[in-house]
Amino acid sequence: MKGDMLIRSVEEKMLKEDLPDFSPGDTVRVHQILRQADRERIQVFEGVVIRKRGGGASATFTVRKISHQGVGVEKTFPLHSPLIAKIEVVRRGRVRRARLYYLRERKGKAARIEERR
Amino acid sequence: MKALLGKKLGMTTYFNQEGEAIPVTVVQAGPCIIVQKKVLPKDGYEAIQIGFEEVKPQKLNKPLSGHFRKANVSPCRFLREVRGKFEGLEVGSEIRVDIFSPGEKVDIIGISKGKGFAGVIKRWGFSGGPASHGSMSHRRPASAGPQQPQRIIKGKKMPGHMGAERVTMQNLEIIEVDPERNLLIVKGAVPGPRSGLLLIRQAIKSLPKIKVER
Repeated sequence: MKGDMLIRSVEEKMLKEDLPDFSPGDTVRVHQILRQADRERIQVFEGVVIRKRGGGASATFTVRKISHQGVGVEKTFPLHSPLIAKIEVVRRGRVRRARLYYLRERKGKAARIEERR
Repeated sequence: MKALLGKKLGMTTYFNQEGEAIPVTVVQAGPCIIVQKKVLPKDGYEAIQIGFEEVKPQKLNKPLSGHFRKANVSPCRFLREVRGKFEGLEVGSEIRVDIFSPGEKVDIIGISKGKGFAGVIKRWGFSGGPASHGSMSHRRPASAGPQQPQRIIKGKKMPGHMGAERVTMQNLEIIEVDPERNLLIVKGAVPGPRSGLLLIRQAIKSLPKIKVER
């Protein structure tokens, strides 16, 4: 067996199978498990997916939301991390590129994304 | 002492029990055969010579094929010697990954990727000169030394060949061992390109200290 195949088979056990199909432009709710000392709670982060990168177990995605007083907040999550309990797709957006970095320069009405159906 | 030869397969991400993402390297390790044993009375030191990866007998030259015939083992592509005491291992016996277990520390030795003739910034981490305002010393090494002693001090860091040398990574933690497919998953990076030959041995710093008698 070739090296690439072996690595993929090592990664396989760590990959999640129940991931929803989402792409840049979609609005998602990410349920993240937070562990403090012995307590465990779930934090939800909702925003627009502006980037998906990497393959296999190392894949990550970045979600951008506008927090209080119009402050933009971006979080990058490992796609297959066991600390990501759930990813919900709230809305599908129609965009024309894979990396939506241009949203960083826009706010309000200009940062809207058309819905895809 | 425990030692094995292997091949780097590549890196990936591993999620541990706490859900933390750990960068890991996957190594194809062993199985290795002991081709020769060096002993104190005869050779003046103790070591084993281990062979890794099978090769067709017709690929060998005569001196090598004679060497393998003497040990009565099938020919290997790579032969390396590891010094140390190896009890219970004789010529012809096989070493597999299962000599290691998760949590153990190992040293991994390989040949680093060649970087060619490298400048002083890449090779020694110099900061380089100003980028603009008429500066002409962008990536130059600047001064090579003081006015006295009127010569360059030996060992001055200069541009030159970088990489393609023997590098040892010490105390890498073993994350997982897969005896079925001869795989070893180790935390962190390992020298060399993918499919580069590696020597994996018990971490030297994990061995009990030897008392030296004066």
